[in-house]
Amino acid sequence: MATEFHNLQELRHSASLANKVFIQRDYSEGTTCRFQTKFPSELESRIERKLFEDTVKTLNNYYTEAEKIGGQSYLEGCLACSTAYLIFLCMETRYEKVLKKISKYIQEQNEKIFAPRGLLITDPIERGMRVIEISIYEDRGSSGSSSGSSSVSGSTAR
Amino acid sequence: MNNCEYQQIDPRTLPTPTPTPHHGPVGDRPEEPKGKPSRKWHVFPGKNRFYCDGRIMVARQSGVLPLTLGLILITSGLFFIFDCPFLVKHLTSCIPVIGGFLFVFVVITLLQTSFTDPGILPRATPDEAADIEKQIDNTGNTSYRPPPRTKEVVINQQVVKLKYCFTCKMFRPPRTSHCSLCDNCVERFDHHCPWVGNCVGKRNYRFFYTFIVSLSFHTAFIFGCVTTHLSLRAQGGKGLVFALQESPGRYPLPLTAVELVICFFSVWSILGLSGFHTYLVASNLTTNEDIKGSWSGKSGEDVTNPYSQRNIFVNCCSVLCGPMPPSLIDRRGFLPADESVQTAGADIELPDLANKSEINVVGGPSQLAPPSPAPPSSQNNSSSA
Repeated sequence: MATEFHNLQELRHSASLANKVFIQRDYSEGTTCRFQTKFPSELESRIERKLFEDTVKTLNNYYTEAEKIGGQSYLEGCLACSTAYLIFLCMETRYEKVLKKISKYIQEQNEKIFAPRGLLITDPIERGMRVIEISIYEDRGSSGSSSGSSSVSGSTAR
Repeated sequence: MNNCEYQQIDPRTLPTPTPTPHHGPVGDRPEEPKGKPSRKWHVFPGKNRFYCDGRIMVARQSGVLPLTLGLILITSGLFFIFDCPFLVKHLTSCIPVIGGFLFVFVVITLLQTSFTDPGILPRATPDEAADIEKQIDNTGNTSYRPPPRTKEVVINQQVVKLKYCFTCKMFRPPRTSHCSLCDNCVERFDHHCPWVGNCVGKRNYRFFYTFIVSLSFHTAFIFGCVTTHLSLRAQGGKGLVFALQESPGRYPLPLTAVELVICFFSVWSILGLSGFHTYLVASNLTTNEDIKGSWSGKSGEDVTNPYSQRNIFVNCCSVLCGPMPPSLIDRRGFLPADESVQTAGADIELPDLANKSEINVVGGPSQLAPPSPAPPSSQNNSSSA
């Protein structure tokens, strides 16, 4: 049952949180930031697999770009070392610039793709880069929310 | 209108139906975002201290940092006061310049190592923790504390075990360790350095390395200058002891002895430490891994360090010149007044919740004390170190 919302504003005013899905980190390539692209079963009825995978892949690409060790990062590192790293107090690092791009991208995705489907992505930086948290909303008037909440309350009632 | 909206929310639809206990540190919980809003560092769950409204952070036990600073300042001060004038006159005026540059470098990198967030991982939100618990423990039987949990991942054809941290309620990423002194999980945990008064981890390792390398140069330089000074004086006079006792006003003996002794012991220990860390950097290891022998293959199996790039230069560059990761704990961020971070997702603000004083779920404080579903924290701390 796909709940239709027309935009983020409508989501905010007329929806209630039913469940949260967490996309965990993928450590198969080391400690660099990557998220698993496995499609969670809770989103089966909510969003097309391809859209979801594209979003996660784009995020992964952004993080790879931020953590890329190449000419620019060496320059930044050497410059920083020669100034006793004081330059970090004045300058925005490349990583921070990419994080801003990521935030904008996530906001865009939320507005265009996820909110109309009753979903919302939380920027991983707000969760310590551990997970991509996807909140699933149900229309307040719908009765389907009780099944979502009972599964959640079951897991939290340990 | 807000009250009207609130009436329509069915509390059963909220993911955290059990309210967490009211927490003191926030003080008067503002129900509307007026009055003085609290910053997140006020409710930070680890054992850290914050200054300058969250800009500077140190471990709770930073007892030896003043000693480190004191030693550096005293030795350098004595050097500048007693040795520099003589050496400038008899040798070259570059000496105080080099000495000054090294001294400034050492102090700045020391302060940066001490005051920077080492790469602390924020604790898992209750929803995350519940989700992980659900995945691990499918039997639903939680009447006893489950055995320590591990998860295996394969990194570069190497099997790495990820441990579950009972305090932070998450599986620790690779190379992350929980520091029991600071009570935080730190990424790429190297060690907790009492001299610096902070953990050394992903974000401040390069500061720490620069600090010990520059300190070894600095102590070696001072040691060299003091010995040169004494030998020059001894040549001019009737021997070393006479040189030392020459004129108490100009060149007091005890202070020289202090300088020499400090420098002598520092040079060997700091040089040794720098050498050790240079080896670690070149092989992309952490002190923690080296001590535990994680990749030494002592158990006979074929283990190699999966993080090493097999090239010394590349390893050094990636450790020291890599991009600077951001701080994951938002120290200076404001606590949301409506405390809806946990309940409705970070992006949604349901102002109605602010009027409900019983639902005290906050992003920060809910991490302080475990919510009712979780096992007691006293058990967590003993196993998480």
